[in-house]
Amino acid sequence: MAKKNMGEILRNNAVTIMFILLCLGGLAVSGQTVPYVVYELFGRLSRNAFLVLALIIPIVAGMGINFAVTIGAMAAQISALWVVEWGISGVGGFVTAALMTVPLAAFFGFLIGKLLNKMKGQEMIGGMILGYFANGLYQLLFLFIFGNLIPLKAPGLVIMGSTGVANTIDLSTGRGFKYALDGMWKLPFGQALYVVCGAVAVVAIIALLLKKMTAKQTGVYVGVAAVLCLLYQIPAVAAIFAMVNVPMVTFMIVGLLCLFNVGIMKTRLGQQFRAVGQNRTVANAAGINVDKVRVIAIMISTVLAGWGQLIFVQNMGSFQTYGAHEQVGLYAGAAILVGGASIKRATNKQALLGCILFHLLFIVAPSAGKNLFGDAAIGEYFRVFVSYGVIAMALVMHAWGSVKKKKKA
Amino acid sequence: MAAEYILEMKNITKKYGENTVLSDVSLKIRPGEIHALLGENGAGKSTLMNVLFGMPVIHATGGFGGEVLLDGQKTMIASPHDAMTRGIGMVHQEFMLLPGFSITENIKLNREITRPNVVSRVLGKSLETLDMHAMSHDARSALDSVGMSIDEYTRVHGLPVGYMQFVEIAREIDKTGVKLLVFDEPTAVLTESEATQLISVMKDIASKGIAIIFITHRLDEVMAAANAITILRDGKLAAVRQIEETSLVDLAELMIGRKGEGVVSVASRPAPHGKVAMRVKDLVVDMPGEEVKGVSFDVFEGEILGIGGLAGQGKIGIPNGVMSLYPNEGTIELFGETLKLGNAGDALRSGIAMVSEDRKGVGLLLDQSIEDNIVFNAMQIKGEYLMKFGPFTNKNDAAIRAVALRMIKELDIRCFGPTQHAGTLSGGNQQKVCIARALAMNPKFLFVSEPTRGIDIGAKRLVLETLVKLNRERGMTIVMVSSELQELRSISDRIAIVSEGKLVDILDPNASDADFGLAMSGIKPGEHKQKGEN
Repeated sequence: MAKKNMGEILRNNAVTIMFILLCLGGLAVSGQTVPYVVYELFGRLSRNAFLVLALIIPIVAGMGINFAVTIGAMAAQISALWVVEWGISGVGGFVTAALMTVPLAAFFGFLIGKLLNKMKGQEMIGGMILGYFANGLYQLLFLFIFGNLIPLKAPGLVIMGSTGVANTIDLSTGRGFKYALDGMWKLPFGQALYVVCGAVAVVAIIALLLKKMTAKQTGVYVGVAAVLCLLYQIPAVAAIFAMVNVPMVTFMIVGLLCLFNVGIMKTRLGQQFRAVGQNRTVANAAGINVDKVRVIAIMISTVLAGWGQLIFVQNMGSFQTYGAHEQVGLYAGAAILVGGASIKRATNKQALLGCILFHLLFIVAPSAGKNLFGDAAIGEYFRVFVSYGVIAMALVMHAWGSVKKKKKA
Repeated sequence: MAAEYILEMKNITKKYGENTVLSDVSLKIRPGEIHALLGENGAGKSTLMNVLFGMPVIHATGGFGGEVLLDGQKTMIASPHDAMTRGIGMVHQEFMLLPGFSITENIKLNREITRPNVVSRVLGKSLETLDMHAMSHDARSALDSVGMSIDEYTRVHGLPVGYMQFVEIAREIDKTGVKLLVFDEPTAVLTESEATQLISVMKDIASKGIAIIFITHRLDEVMAAANAITILRDGKLAAVRQIEETSLVDLAELMIGRKGEGVVSVASRPAPHGKVAMRVKDLVVDMPGEEVKGVSFDVFEGEILGIGGLAGQGKIGIPNGVMSLYPNEGTIELFGETLKLGNAGDALRSGIAMVSEDRKGVGLLLDQSIEDNIVFNAMQIKGEYLMKFGPFTNKNDAAIRAVALRMIKELDIRCFGPTQHAGTLSGGNQQKVCIARALAMNPKFLFVSEPTRGIDIGAKRLVLETLVKLNRERGMTIVMVSSELQELRSISDRIAIVSEGKLVDILDPNASDADFGLAMSGIKPGEHKQKGEN
């Protein structure tokens, strides 16, 4: 019996386990030091985690991975362009872009949702194709309309002697919002750990006093926080994190999104997401407006994806005008699947774990490729191959699982 | 002041295009009454319920004639949601439950109890927090009232089906102001003891003043539970009975009713009873919606065996199972040889042909010509009508044309010629093309499944006469499955009645209506009579 359960666990988490092995192997041959990898990992987590978390709601609502997050990213880039044009820099610029993204992305999300309602069961491929289609419109907008019909005055936004918006939009000039979030409050890892652990302990104790938590739960939280702080006192552990500088505000926002994902599932709307995700017929029979719920799910996801893209570009400091959005859906989708999510079920934990593993591979793959094959490009190639491979594998596993379930019944 | 009837449906008439499915039907339900609604498939039960629930399909097809009174008030029910708010609930035949939710969440689906929070005060009610405690409290009392002690936090996934049925009922009871509950075949999936419990729960609910419409085909349960019975037949009201003034046999007879004379008249003959053509033993077929759960019977050479029964009881599963079109188990012997199961090609090669009930889906290639349709199976399975050039093959057009012309003449297929596309033919002629294709295989044994579904009366007669001709002139053994008992009775030598995936009895076509009615509700007529005599 126990043996069988073991097999089941292995099968259900095959993608995750395979990835852990791949990452460990990659780390071993890459020759990179652990502190460097951890440093890179934190940077990548801070800029990518939000996007991955934006995928959870549509998965719960039964629409699979929302590959149309690409379009949310486009909305964010349109906003970013105008914020640069207006020359609003720093936090103000970021907030303006974020606010501007909301109506844009919500409108796009509304249209996407309406379309996906016409192709129930094929949402994933629909979202992906829609992303390609929207890319054409996006190019029309940036190559022809912006800069020609609507003139842009900011230096460097338009290519001299040509038409359309420049290939790269630089956010690190006086007009941009590079590090608007990241730079607000940065702490070395040790201090960040104390702050977070302290905050967790305080919140747990307040919850205990308000009787929202049992003494046991509070004890666990406080205990874990204390143990983590103590572990950090070991020099070897501290050394691993020596290079890490934690952008506190960015991670706080990621944390808030996690809370949002949990919180919304405890509301009436969240209950509707879950009901629609499990069975549209039953939800409809209970009087739930299935189409409307699905549109809302996609709208929320698209807006969140837009914000995620803004977080991404403020960290990078510039973005490829015509390419930055293209792989967003693919990489975020692959990451959440790596964490053990399926196209039917996804949690915050899976999203974060997936993000860590996926980007760990991204960090070690180029130098592992170089060490093994003498060429970093092979590592590059490998990670793109792996992204598609993970998605294909998740789809096959899902089909396999449902056939099995049918046979059992 | 409460009206005498909680629900009155008066003179309801409903047409789908030219086709009248309900004509002048009335239904009156008293508060606290269990009212059984009986009828064969197509008698109009579901259409009547669709009218009651204001289903979109009714409004989209031009509404209905007659009026609906709730509590004595004339009412127009616009949508299922509208029906719900007026206190009409439905316990579905297929469970409307979400497996990933707990029992509480299912009972309270879309009627969640919520508390306002910071966000919802700004963004509206749909973001209010669920109050699980209050919800489970309600669920508990609803579960108690149907006599279930199970924990209300249990997930529905993995519950026994009987429990799911009770959860479904609990959900309806929990709705405030429910006055009328419709139970659609609630006992179909239950074990005997669960069914007994269900009936006592129904009586309990009724004693609280909630009226119940009980749709079922099990006549013994009607006798056990109902106070009154309305019987529909062919879209018309056949009878209304109080329980005191009726009996099992009476109900069975009323449900079947002799629908005029036979569709075709065939000279009677002694039923062939010589060599066994096909012996089916313990056949189990996993055909969704038409499961067969262990059926054994013999078909004699040269006879026409009819298979009847209500829809969804498994009669269609039998030919599909024998042909291995769906996962099957059991043993089948054809002329003494055991048939290999699992591959439709093997069944075809062994000399069985089948005319499918799904004419347009699996029967015909609609945008191919008649002649290509006729030889399709013979060509694919047997490699006939082909010319071989080494490894290459080519269609033998001359031979195909010849056989097509012969079939068109023999079966009287009305068409412009053998090259007309099958999709442009009328339903009856399409059916004949299907038969022609089966015949092109030169079968020794023919299955015909629902051959007259969806075709007009004239075409029906032609199809049935064709079958009789094949049987009498070529001596072909035929098994015909049909929902139309009258058709079966007019051409079959014997009629097997299937109920709930099992063979109830094999009856003589001249057996009484009551016998057929009893068999269709799963009661073997002979046994009932014996019980009656004792």
